[in-house]
Amino acid sequence: MRRRTLGGKVFRAMLWVAFGLFFLFPLYAMADFSTRNLISGGRTMQAWQNLIADEALYQSIVISLLLAGFTVVAMLLVLVPTMIWVRLRTPWAKGMVEFLCLLPLTIPALVIVVGLRNVYLWVTYFLGESALTLTFVYVVLVLPFAYRAIDAALAAIDLKTLAEAARSLGAGWATTILRVVVPNIWSGILSAAFISIAVVLGEYTIASLSGYQTLQVQIVQIGKTDGPTSVAASLAVLLFGFVLLLVLSLLTRGRRRATVENVVQPGVAA
Amino acid sequence: MLRRLRDALPLLPFLAVVVIFLIIPTVTVIVSAFFADGAFSLARIEALFSGTALAALWKSVLLSASTALIGAFLGAVLAWLIVSSPPTSMVRRAVISLCSVLAQFGGVALAFAFLATIGLNGVLTLWVQQVFGWNLAGSGWLYSLTGLILVYTYFQIPLMVIVFVPALEGLREQWREAAVSLGASTWRYWREVAVPLLTPAFLGSALLLFANAFAAYATAAALVSQGSPILPLLIRAALTSEVVLGQSGFAYALALEMIIVVAVVMVAYNALVRRTARWLR
Repeated sequence: MRRRTLGGKVFRAMLWVAFGLFFLFPLYAMADFSTRNLISGGRTMQAWQNLIADEALYQSIVISLLLAGFTVVAMLLVLVPTMIWVRLRTPWAKGMVEFLCLLPLTIPALVIVVGLRNVYLWVTYFLGESALTLTFVYVVLVLPFAYRAIDAALAAIDLKTLAEAARSLGAGWATTILRVVVPNIWSGILSAAFISIAVVLGEYTIASLSGYQTLQVQIVQIGKTDGPTSVAASLAVLLFGFVLLLVLSLLTRGRRRATVENVVQPGVAA
Repeated sequence: MLRRLRDALPLLPFLAVVVIFLIIPTVTVIVSAFFADGAFSLARIEALFSGTALAALWKSVLLSASTALIGAFLGAVLAWLIVSSPPTSMVRRAVISLCSVLAQFGGVALAFAFLATIGLNGVLTLWVQQVFGWNLAGSGWLYSLTGLILVYTYFQIPLMVIVFVPALEGLREQWREAAVSLGASTWRYWREVAVPLLTPAFLGSALLLFANAFAAYATAAALVSQGSPILPLLIRAALTSEVVLGQSGFAYALALEMIIVVAVVMVAYNALVRRTARWLR
């Protein structure tokens, strides 16, 4: 790029350091705090061992991971065929589908959970009382991000030609989607899955106000008595999310619409 | 027409999920705010104008506006730092990924990050106490509005980065070259070309940050376990204890208030973004 003066370089370096301190120090403090031995001084890994040793916490981690898995599967089952179908057969519905997918960005999760009580009375009536029933509402929460990721991948291939070729060779719709289109949009599907996992593992609002014991709910509960364990679990989730998105940014190299920042945008219009 | 309907059949599963788990809850909130015990009533709306509710709304607006301003300015600076480093660099990827996590998926973890830093036994608290003898955590300010402002900037700045980086990337190098070859200094280019071009995007992003902070729940809920200084926490109180202010179903009215504020802000945001879209990409 441009040549920079020495003063400019120093100024930029100072800004990087200032931002680096503000954002990295709390993360460092979490690592320090969670390994500190509050009773006898020195270091201990007790808080990190609690992630597995503490029965309630471990259970909630299992539930959250299961929820993440279910949400990814359900989201893909609902969204991928719909988006392919809309592009091929019902282009007139594309605007509506996009609008509905991005709508959760404008309706706060808090509002959804306030209005959710009656809906969940029916859900638990049919499916029983289980934290895994959160899958449905989580599918809605991840829609905007998943939609953008998959949409960018679909826009990058010649869907019509692919589908027509498959169909004219005698493939049914299921075969066309599963064995012809899906292998071509893997990167988009992977992006959608990664971001959905990050959303579900970090979700607190709906789970806590619906009274289910997911990981985040458990973290807050434990925090009232055992700070270090909560901090360890929080840091673990943050780092896991960071790694997911970093891998994602390497996968989507060079494709402008599919970059991490474009997919996780909170804004609706473009 | 019939063919259209038949073609639309495969869209039904998607529509069912969205209608049941997004549209119906939202409509439930709006309708229930005006109906109590099956009859039309403005009682729940009237409760919005009680002292407690107005105080919570005011504090929420204050929190959202101040963190939106701080976040927008500092975030724009950080976005500029990121954009002016090479797009393929690993540092840039790492910073964007970290920003995405903090902005969109942090929630509860951010509250604990600050408890570990400047809480009662926080790392920074202990250091400062040892070195300077000051008590950083004194008077529990971390759990008050000031504390919330600090913790909120921790996700507002990254959010601004994510929102503003695409706008900055839309600024073309040729425009700067054109300005410079016509004799403009760097300062003049920024003042007369870049800043006017970026202003709508900047204001739009600030509005987005406002809406984001206004609707945020997890961080505040994890930090403040007692009392309900801001609107989202008042909604929690109204949801978890059936009767607040002698008014059952009050949560619906509060949620409606939240929908309205966010909707108004988002409409303004849309108008600004449309201005940006003219030259972006």
